[in-house]
Amino acid sequence: MFSSFMTNAWIVGTVVALLAGATGFFVVLRGSSFAAHAIPNGAFAGAAGATLVGITPLVGLIAFAVMAALGIGASRRHRSDVATAMALVMMLALGAAFLSLSAAYEPQVDALLFGEILGVATSSIAPVVIISLACALALAFMYRPLLFNAAAPDLASARGLNPTVLEMAFMLTLALGSALTVPVVGALLTFSLTVGPPAAARLITRRPATALVTSMLLSVVTLWASIVASYQTNLPVGFFVGTFSALVYVAARVATQRLGRRA
Amino acid sequence: MHWFLEPGLWSNDAVRTGVGVGGVVAIVSALVGLFTVMRGQSFAGHALADVATAGGAGSGVLGFSPLAGFVVGALVGAGAMEAIGVERVRQRDVATGVVLGGATGLSALFLYLITLNSSSTGSTQLILFGSLFIVSKATFFVAAVLSAVVCLALAWLGRPLLFASLSPDAANARGVAVTRVALLYTVLMAVTVGLSAIVIGSVLSTALLIGPPAAALRLGRSLSATFTTAAAFGVAAVALGVVVSYDSYYWWPSHRALPVSFCVVTLVVVELIAVNVVRRVTTRRIVETRE
Repeated sequence: MFSSFMTNAWIVGTVVALLAGATGFFVVLRGSSFAAHAIPNGAFAGAAGATLVGITPLVGLIAFAVMAALGIGASRRHRSDVATAMALVMMLALGAAFLSLSAAYEPQVDALLFGEILGVATSSIAPVVIISLACALALAFMYRPLLFNAAAPDLASARGLNPTVLEMAFMLTLALGSALTVPVVGALLTFSLTVGPPAAARLITRRPATALVTSMLLSVVTLWASIVASYQTNLPVGFFVGTFSALVYVAARVATQRLGRRA
Repeated sequence: MHWFLEPGLWSNDAVRTGVGVGGVVAIVSALVGLFTVMRGQSFAGHALADVATAGGAGSGVLGFSPLAGFVVGALVGAGAMEAIGVERVRQRDVATGVVLGGATGLSALFLYLITLNSSSTGSTQLILFGSLFIVSKATFFVAAVLSAVVCLALAWLGRPLLFASLSPDAANARGVAVTRVALLYTVLMAVTVGLSAIVIGSVLSTALLIGPPAAALRLGRSLSATFTTAAAFGVAAVALGVVVSYDSYYWWPSHRALPVSFCVVTLVVVELIAVNVVRRVTTRRIVETRE
């Protein structure tokens, strides 16, 4: 399980899970799960487009994730869920068109959608680490404003905090993080890791800093458990990431309800 | 007209069935989707489509009818969402997210098992992106019957649902069982989405559920006019999309047609943008004439 071809999976997986746990904390806090679902799917279309044109997938991933983030962030004011839905379906439809024009093999499509963590190349470790560090820095920088905005939006804007700029900055960070996680755990499952463990962490503790750390820990444990399970059973890692993320949430929900009733 | 309608378009059986089933699904999606947009449930509407995908893929593994798989999958998803998130409205976002995340995990498993067990390729793309052109006549029939059932149920549920959507507190005070109405509506949405996911793919089902109603609501007319406009927008996008997709076969020497789902989604988005632009121009003119 710790043989040489698995080393890359462990390194990249851990980095990706830590980042997903951190961004996910803010996603759950701000109630932007739909955007967190839509942006990785936009990134998927970018990877498909890059394959069609013949450039590095990472460029396409980042370009399309940023486009999706801008589209969602720009129309924040009225009916943001409609804008998110439309951005999402447009990106997915573009992805479908790119795929059918380039006639990619189905395993490649599956890898983009559901991830191929065991096939991470050594050359992709450095970019993944660098971009996650950049995202982590951006999140650390935005930590207080984001909390302030989520807790008391009116007070925050009265104090001179521009909610649109903040939203945009957060969406862009989300986009960069997604572009990174898509090739590793896949477009559809990046999302599971960003919602399940953080939502569980929010149930366990109400203190923001503790919840953030708990969220990152739960996310890493979820991914590690998924890799182990996938290695043992030969089933796709995405299946375990999705199931375990949901289970972590359900477990936290049941546990907190039991404790709450006793107290 | 030959430059636009390529020869043989209407004599093609696949095209006719495709337009027919696409039109029926577009109308039902528009009617049900109006409430989805009004209630701000786009995320749930989209998530149900993805959950239905898990059901559709599961039917491929376990060997029962795909239509049953899609609809049952969506229904189970709707039940799970309601079970997790009924207590507080703010939890709805997370509840939807958790169910969606778990369901995508299941689709990953089922799609993997399908590619493992069968030699047929393209099943992943087919389930996710669908194609109007390969709908069978039998599916058309079942889809039409289910659509009629959904429309009848919506007519029955319509008034309390509208009341509960526009002002939940007032509806509650007047004795409307708001949570039960919400649950029933989620079930209706699940059936609609499951139905449209099998005929046009889970991606397109969200486009037809949200796009045309959002455009019609932006025009801000009376309720019945909004229903009609939404349905018309949906049907127009499907019909035009089919024609464009069919034509695109002749555009390139490689004869790789644009996927019909892509054409329909693009047209839906174009409609929404056009309505927004028109709205902006006309409201400005009203302000100017008043001044």
